[in-house]
Amino acid sequence: MKKIIFPLLVASLSSAALANDYLVDQKDKAFSKKSLKIKVGDTVEFRNSDPFFHNVFSLSDVKSFDLGSYAQGSSKKVVFDKPGKVEVECSIHPQMQMVIEVEK
Amino acid sequence: MMKQILMGAALALAAAGTVSAEGQTYVFQAGHPSLKGWLLPKTAPYPESNKPNAARIDLGHKLFFDPRLSGDGNMSCATCHNPSLGWSDALPTAKGVKSMVLGRASPTIINTAFNTTQMWDGRKKDLEDQAMGPMEANVEMNMDTAKLFQWLNSNDGYKALFAKAYPGEPIDASTLSKAIATYERTTAISNNSPFDKWLKGDKRAMSAQQVNGFKLFVGKANCAVCHAAPNFTDNGFHNLGLASFGVAEPDMGRYAQKPIKLMKGAFKTPTLRDIERTAPYFHDGSAKTLMQVVEHYDRGGEVTTNLSPNMKPLGLTQQEKEELVAFMKALTSPFIKVVAPDLPL
Ligand SMILES: [Cu+2]
Repeated sequence: MKKIIFPLLVASLSSAALANDYLVDQKDKAFSKKSLKIKVGDTVEFRNSDPFFHNVFSLSDVKSFDLGSYAQGSSKKVVFDKPGKVEVECSIHPQMQMVIEVEK
Repeated sequence: MMKQILMGAALALAAAGTVSAEGQTYVFQAGHPSLKGWLLPKTAPYPESNKPNAARIDLGHKLFFDPRLSGDGNMSCATCHNPSLGWSDALPTAKGVKSMVLGRASPTIINTAFNTTQMWDGRKKDLEDQAMGPMEANVEMNMDTAKLFQWLNSNDGYKALFAKAYPGEPIDASTLSKAIATYERTTAISNNSPFDKWLKGDKRAMSAQQVNGFKLFVGKANCAVCHAAPNFTDNGFHNLGLASFGVAEPDMGRYAQKPIKLMKGAFKTPTLRDIERTAPYFHDGSAKTLMQVVEHYDRGGEVTTNLSPNMKPLGLTQQEKEELVAFMKALTSPFIKVVAPDLPL
């Protein structure tokens, strides 16, 4: 909760200098958000809240990454350093999909 | 005395509910509302553009059994997806054109209509999308599809059947796929097994051994993590550590579609409904019996390279293994009688 409110406050203060953190949860074989708008330099933390393994990856031109597999309770962070649309999926469960829009 | 205490503990546990490996809280009583997530819908979902009706089922039924849809005129969909053999072929891996042995088992069609991804590697999304694949594949039915549609468009019997099923639409890959998909999603359905009856409240539908097997299935044996409710699949992809992944150039499975490391040697989780009828098991047909399947999982796999992180040695006793097998046999619905159709000549 804290992590979600915090960036809103900071974002209202000034422009690009401050990077924000966002949390995306994986629960019941779904991402907690279908889409997310962030700014260049922001970090998204992907957390697994299911009692089995998930993966998070993107093969987008803007940001390509593969977080491997991780267990319940663990999380991994990705910094988005270029503007554009990033399609994020779980390779184990292809129905788990979301889009992150990285704005300048 | 000891037995009574144990039974008391078991009852207390049952009343409070047991948290399963996939995070659900279940009370293991016939008809209990906590189990309703395992009930399949009465009918399978279908796309708006292809609502099932009698004419479409009839056309699809004929096409499914027509060997003239193959290059040599000797293989129909039903050759590899034989309703008498669990809508599969009882072979370890399929035999294609001129009996060429192919790399993967013919998957059953049972309940594939409920799935969100088709094929062992998930390269097709739904039944319509899948239908033309085997005809076009030169190692499978090896059909020249231009010739196929020329023939269908010149056959009076098929012309009448297509006109009735899809009035105003041409006889082409789209309508042919829609008809076959309609037949599959209305016919190859298993949702009336002893397990289904037990879910709906029939206490006698499953034996105590089978109920114990179900408890293990969602608990200690960790099966339901992938073979998830309601169709016993997560529509996902996992490397099970089969011996065949240990060879020099193994089948990479899903990795060819999604080049993500975890997908090397990963294959789609199949349904387990009617599993008793679809031996041998696994995408490579390497397990002859359900007991061999259970033993594979109990060992935590053979080859550990890129093994699914959900796999781990289970430490099952012989009794527990037998309970799991007994439970899987409770997933068999009454046999669907399929009539050989009268084909237009
Ligand atoms: Cu996942």
